[in-house]
Amino acid sequence: MRILNVVNKSPFERNCLESCLRLANSGSSILLIEDGVYAALGNTAKSTLIKNDQKNLGFYVLINDLDARGLSEAPMIDSISRVDYDGFVDLVVDHDSIHSWL
Amino acid sequence: MKLGLLVNEGPFNHQASDTAYHFAKAAISKGHQVLRVFFYFDGVNNANKLSEPQSDDRNIVKMWGELASAHNIDLVVCVAAGLRRGLKEEVLADGFRISGLGQMIELGLAADRTIVFGD
Amino acid sequence: MPEDSIFETKGVKKNFMFVCNKAPYGTIYALEALEMIMISAAFEQHAVIVFIDDGVFQIKKGHNTKSTGMKNFSPTFGVVSMEKEDADEDDEIDMVWRIVVEKESIEARGLSEEDLVLETEVLSSGELSDLMAKQDVILTS
Repeated sequence: MRILNVVNKSPFERNCLESCLRLANSGSSILLIEDGVYAALGNTAKSTLIKNDQKNLGFYVLINDLDARGLSEAPMIDSISRVDYDGFVDLVVDHDSIHSWL
Repeated sequence: MKLGLLVNEGPFNHQASDTAYHFAKAAISKGHQVLRVFFYFDGVNNANKLSEPQSDDRNIVKMWGELASAHNIDLVVCVAAGLRRGLKEEVLADGFRISGLGQMIELGLAADRTIVFGD
Repeated sequence: MPEDSIFETKGVKKNFMFVCNKAPYGTIYALEALEMIMISAAFEQHAVIVFIDDGVFQIKKGHNTKSTGMKNFSPTFGVVSMEKEDADEDDEIDMVWRIVVEKESIEARGLSEEDLVLETEVLSSGELSDLMAKQDVILTS
């Protein structure tokens, strides 16, 4: 089964992304939403969390939350795809279950 | 596809309810069905009709009610979590109903996907 | 099945996972999540109750909340254990409950199995990862 992991915490404040990366099954996906979108930035002290992924995870970030935080033009990690709410719905449908890392 | 949503945070301390709302709207516009939104923890505060946001803010209590009536979504507020926070029938906004936690497990069984929105 | 069911779920069997990842008392999440777990028992579903990260502090022995005025919900974990035993022993009910802690989480917090109020399965991150991938409904709080 493929899991869609949803992370909504800044990696600078909480360890949810780290726990998610530790426990995510290889081949599953991670969607960054809300304050989780800060983890998608390409030039921060936390960028390596995603850049160093060894599990072949699929990474997505919610555009709407990037826009809200003034990050539309900011440098992103290359391997992350941008989705809107429609894309969020498609990801939910395309995976077997959803794990929100609250 | 049948979807079940859980909202665990109130509308004025967290984005969770807004994200859930926009997700629900997108899902409906793509032809999916949102069976129920279950409000738990401080999420019960999304059902308080006494809430009066400032005029330049969104009124998510009303928005949920309108979305629910337009698309037949069951908005359920947890009775136990509600009682603790003074969220009772007297203050319940249009479109919501109060019921037990079992409704959340039932939702997990009935929905093809269950998604939690919280902190 | 509880009486107020609306949806047709008769005969539906799913794997539920309850992820407890927050410390007790500082916030209400642990307490209300536990209420959710207790209610779920009535539905006779397969469930994994998993403690990771600061959630492992929820099941540390010796909680004494008297001087803080907070409700001590530690004893409720004894009821969770009983529910699990009931499910395990009753052949009529197709329901398996597992209570799991992540090895890395307890070790990182200086705890061992002896410090816990519950009898648990201790799984490595890798084992837990595989178990998570088998769940239909994952409830976190």
